[in-house]
Amino acid sequence: MANGILATDPNRVSFYEYEGKHKGILSWLLSTDHKRIGLLYLISLLAFFAVGVTLGFLMRLEMISPGPTIMAPNTYNSVFTLHGVIMVFLFILPGLPAIFGNFFLPIQIGARDVAFPRINLLSWYLYLIGGVLAIVSLFTGGGIMDTGWTFYVPYSIRTTSNISLSVFAAFVLGFSSILTAVNFITTAHRMRAPGMTFFRMPLFVWALYSTAWIQLLATPILGITLLLIIAERMLGVGIFDPNLGGDPILYQHMFWIYSHPAVYIMAIPAFGVVSEIIPTFSKKNIFGYTPVAISSLAIAFVGYLVWGHHMFSSGISDISRLIFSLLTFLVAIPTGVKVFNWVATMYKGSITVKTPMLFVLFFIVIFSIGGLTGLVLGAINTDIHVTDTYFVVGHFHYVMFGSMGILLFAGLHYWFPKMFGRMYHEKMAQVSAWIFFVGFNLLYFPMFIMGYLGMPRRYYDYLPEFTTYHVIATVGSWIMITGMIIMFANLIRSLYTGAKATENPWGGTTLEWKIPSPPPLENFREIPVITEGPYEHHFNKEENT
Amino acid sequence: MRPDIATQVDNTMILIVAVCIFFFVLVTGTMIYFVFRYNKKRNPQATNIHGNTPLEVAWTVIPLILVLVIFFYGWNGFSNMRNVPEDALVVKVTGQMWKWKFEYENGKKSDTLFVPVGKPVRMNIHSNDVNHSFFIPSMRVKEDAVPGRENYLWFKADNIGEYDIACAEYCGLDHWNMYAKLIVDTDENFNAWYNQVEQSEKKTNSGETGNTTNQDSLKNNSGNTDDSTTVTDTTQISDTTKSE
Repeated sequence: MANGILATDPNRVSFYEYEGKHKGILSWLLSTDHKRIGLLYLISLLAFFAVGVTLGFLMRLEMISPGPTIMAPNTYNSVFTLHGVIMVFLFILPGLPAIFGNFFLPIQIGARDVAFPRINLLSWYLYLIGGVLAIVSLFTGGGIMDTGWTFYVPYSIRTTSNISLSVFAAFVLGFSSILTAVNFITTAHRMRAPGMTFFRMPLFVWALYSTAWIQLLATPILGITLLLIIAERMLGVGIFDPNLGGDPILYQHMFWIYSHPAVYIMAIPAFGVVSEIIPTFSKKNIFGYTPVAISSLAIAFVGYLVWGHHMFSSGISDISRLIFSLLTFLVAIPTGVKVFNWVATMYKGSITVKTPMLFVLFFIVIFSIGGLTGLVLGAINTDIHVTDTYFVVGHFHYVMFGSMGILLFAGLHYWFPKMFGRMYHEKMAQVSAWIFFVGFNLLYFPMFIMGYLGMPRRYYDYLPEFTTYHVIATVGSWIMITGMIIMFANLIRSLYTGAKATENPWGGTTLEWKIPSPPPLENFREIPVITEGPYEHHFNKEENT
Repeated sequence: MRPDIATQVDNTMILIVAVCIFFFVLVTGTMIYFVFRYNKKRNPQATNIHGNTPLEVAWTVIPLILVLVIFFYGWNGFSNMRNVPEDALVVKVTGQMWKWKFEYENGKKSDTLFVPVGKPVRMNIHSNDVNHSFFIPSMRVKEDAVPGRENYLWFKADNIGEYDIACAEYCGLDHWNMYAKLIVDTDENFNAWYNQVEQSEKKTNSGETGNTTNQDSLKNNSGNTDDSTTVTDTTQISDTTKSE
């Protein structure tokens, strides 16, 4: 690629050192630089993640033995609600687009920033305001919210807790999501460097682009639902509440029309990270660029039409269960295509297993389990048996934590040199990854077995026959958390003690590896001209890297 | 002979698990092989391969066929779940925070679900307050109880015994404790219990009875069917007396 044009200008300082209008903390809080905003998101998301993990830890501790262990039933109900709300709405959903999307989307397409830098900052503020409102709502009103993260009516109407405020918080978060989506779609369409056609975009950009469309089209439905809830609660209009003549099933439809595509909002950017890391560490082109790119769009499109599989036991008509089941199976196909292409990319590669690659390998193992157990939930008769049991809990942790969570860790290690200008300590990172992987499977795999044996979810207590599985899961949670603590401690230590990172420590081929680490304020001194696809390794030059 | 619901669920599950294991071993096995075979030490120079259209078609079409087979099994089992045999015993079940209440066609009410062995049972599912979900794990059936509508399921218990009934849809504080018992007994025992209570219901003719029916009363009652009007649950009689 046009390396000469991209040569580093020693006079241009990194975006950390650049002094703009504001100094100190304000240089972050008022910055419109996509890289600083990405880091703001990183810090806020990890803070919420830490809270979510702590709550999960407490839940598992309660479940280590039958009967009361460390908390009362109402506390447990609040804890799993908080865990779900924080993890889904404040961590997983903004997730990778907010962090890596902001930081790397403009760089990967050869742009100096996103299309609307100020709106970008606004969306971070909306995220923060929404997050704070959500936290406030959970603790004010008639007690801590205990509805579960799905807020099913009529229970959510009857409960005394502060639904209207938390619903409003979700509404604000939705706006943040929509604004980011508009920004990314516009950026991908209008800001690409000369010569970068759509089919020369890195696959991470494809993933962000597909995700942005789902966010843009699905989030307004959440907004409408939330406004209807507020109208019902404040004005007494009967929409969902059967006592007012409303229909609780309608609520479930509207909730899942948004929240199912939201699963793909979480997963598709994670798939994009995989498509970046495997070619880099296999030193070769991605296998099947076009199928991988198109499968993102296919998942985004079909993923819209499968929400009913959350409601197979709710009493919706038999014919709609049939159609939703069929569509659910169809969405498995593009996902499978991705996995096959990733594995095929390694064929005849020259593979080095650094930590990012190790996490990707773990992801393929874990996501295969998560995806394949999804077949049990897609087939109607097995779903009826396992829905609302621990089987589902196991499945969605394998899928969501297994994709978005693990690939956040993979991306953090992969892009750590670029974002912070230092290398992380490799050996410790690999140790932590292995500990995490072992703990993860011990924690979530027993849930499949428990679920099939009939252990319902959201249960404070359980029948004695499930004790063994619960004990294994709880011990797994300790191991998994230990792995994560070591991993983050290692990353924080590396910020100060890591070796200085070169421009391209992994031998990556996408544009972020052709600018200094960390990048200068405007990324590129001169906008590059693109002449080939994103993953072309030129072997004669590889000797240097 | 109609196929058994639980057997069909288990068969679909076995099919899916087989497919899962096949793909899991295929994907992760290939992956691990590649990691070692094409490691940088063994294979210092990568060969650039951009893709392979026949392969793409193969791994789109073959999984597609497999999932359609699974879909068919799921759907086939499901249509059996929805077509209740005509001779089914009909029981109305109402979920409320946090207990299940059963009502038979003759007006008999109970906190425990008594059914005769080998007879199809249709449950008409209602809720008095919030969403619940009527779940009998050992029968592999589940359907939500939604206020303002009637859902149904059916099952047939082939073995005498006691089974758990759980609530599977989160419904608040004591959701975890919303268990009831399903007791499957012989035709004679069931009929004895059923008819005995019918007489007591006719006699008292009250809609409020039965809330405190002794759950363990099946065997006791069935032993005393001859003088049924006098030997029904004492708690129930005292309740109805009060309400009159």
